[in-house]
Amino acid sequence: MTTAAVPQSAPEKPRSRGPRQSIMSRSAAMLIMGVFTLYFLTPIWWLLVTSTKSGGDITGTSALWFTPDSVATFFTNITGLFAYENGLFVKWLLNSALYAGVGAFLGTIIAAMCGYALSKYEFKGREAIFNVVLSGVLVPATALALPLFLIFSEVNLTNTYWAVFLPSLVSPFGVYLARIYAAASVPGELLEAARLDGSGEVRTFFTVSSRLMAPALVTIFLFQFVTIWNNFFLPLIMLRDQALFPVTLGLYAWNSQISQIPELRTFVIIGALVSILPLIIAFLGLQRFWSSGLGAGSVK
Amino acid sequence: MATLDQAQNPPGTNPPGNKNSRLVSNKRRSTRKAVAVFVAPFAVLFILFYAAPIIFAIIQSLLVVEREGTFGAPQQVFGGLSQYALVFQDQAFWASVGRVLLFGVVQVPIMLGMALLFALLLDSPLLKGKKFFRLAFFAPYAVPGVIAAIMWGFLYSPSLSPFSAVTSEINFLDGSLVLWSIANIVTWVYVGYNMLIIYASLLAIPTEIYEAARLDGASNAQIAWRIKIPLVTPAIILTGVFSIIGTLQLLAEPQTLRSFSSAISSTYTPNLAVYTTASIPNYNLAAAFSVVLAIATFILSFVFLKATQRKVSQ
Repeated sequence: MTTAAVPQSAPEKPRSRGPRQSIMSRSAAMLIMGVFTLYFLTPIWWLLVTSTKSGGDITGTSALWFTPDSVATFFTNITGLFAYENGLFVKWLLNSALYAGVGAFLGTIIAAMCGYALSKYEFKGREAIFNVVLSGVLVPATALALPLFLIFSEVNLTNTYWAVFLPSLVSPFGVYLARIYAAASVPGELLEAARLDGSGEVRTFFTVSSRLMAPALVTIFLFQFVTIWNNFFLPLIMLRDQALFPVTLGLYAWNSQISQIPELRTFVIIGALVSILPLIIAFLGLQRFWSSGLGAGSVK
Repeated sequence: MATLDQAQNPPGTNPPGNKNSRLVSNKRRSTRKAVAVFVAPFAVLFILFYAAPIIFAIIQSLLVVEREGTFGAPQQVFGGLSQYALVFQDQAFWASVGRVLLFGVVQVPIMLGMALLFALLLDSPLLKGKKFFRLAFFAPYAVPGVIAAIMWGFLYSPSLSPFSAVTSEINFLDGSLVLWSIANIVTWVYVGYNMLIIYASLLAIPTEIYEAARLDGASNAQIAWRIKIPLVTPAIILTGVFSIIGTLQLLAEPQTLRSFSSAISSTYTPNLAVYTTASIPNYNLAAAFSVVLAIATFILSFVFLKATQRKVSQ
């Protein structure tokens, strides 16, 4: 471990360049990051503040700060949102949770199994399958939305949960990541040992290998979750029935009706806030996993 | 470091000590079965929801609707490439392609340049509070495109914006600026995501490399420019490919902004043109648009990959 010895002598050298320059570049770096922190967080802050205002106060009051009765108005807005049209918004949230939560969970397992097999077993057609998967990564998902609609209408399944749920299960990029990760984190010797112990291949995957791949699986899950949660074109083209909408499509529909129904503006704003909270919470809570898993995609 | 040696064993090969041939053939059979179990679910779903739609779209794009007489029932018949002839004559579609290409040429380098700068700053010894900056910059990624467009739509609007001093002077939603207003929304959402991908690959570089350079008197900027950027080029290429694909797919943001701005036409981006054409409904032409768009995206990201790889290896 040569690294341990080097750092002690390293700080000597930069000091000779003068501390002033170092302070200047430190301040410049902090200034750049500070300015862009404002850029990235101001819109979210505005959304939070505006969701504590009644319809009339949105324009009349200071846009980036709360009013005296913000807390009360916030709760009025929330209950109004959840009660509007018999809890339509709650329905949308549940739909999104179903599409994205269940879809990403199953999709991750399916992608992980495939990527794992591509990495750990030699079989005929392995490279061919992997190349097909790779070109799948390069095909834009929205280019598939219309053809999917045409296929689903052949079997009379448009405007159903399945129409949005089933196509979301396929994640070629997840397979790609899983393959890289399985190669890096599951030693072949371990599989041999499990075999000698009489453990079946499938059981070994679920009890041993999947644990070793856990950070990768969380990363794949999160990014597929975001992809499905954010998906817009597929539900837009598939669904007519409002009760089946995910929350993004629902808010889009409300937003485009604001000019006819002005009271919707309050609900769109607070609804936007409520709809981004699950993702922010998921990312914060699982940060430990995905921040280590993110770099994997670019390894090869 | 025993694990490293183990990992280098090619997967699936038999250990040299295994002489029992019946055991081997048993193992082969069970391995083959396991592979089938692992690959089948993805393969089936991929065929149904990836391959089949592409094939179906190609078939649809080769059909035309014909009627027997003026009042006859419509019937789909083989029309050869006539839909593609229509695609190539469709000026609105090509205008939309030109628009997203212009968008991509300007927005993608700016976004990736910002992402690279932030990732290098996060990786440098200059910053304090790195964890905070990382999360703050990444937060917009949790905002879906539709919601981001709604938020910025309000922020741009002359009457509702908290920055109405600016937005009443400059109309961000009129024809000359709205493309760049959309570019700002996309940049806002994705800079942090791209930053994290580049940052993650910066973290993977062994620190000994910097220490050696520092001993030789290299400054932070020189280390960033000469060592870090070349080493994270694969990550930058990856973000580049995804950004190109994303740009050509642009739909949610412009479609949502249409309720704030009349400057966004129903064929503003290629995907909007597909949606509008499908709503007519003219599925055959819309399918042809989709096929052209998919091929264009595929070729563009493929060429980008190849071109950058050649540059790297030189």
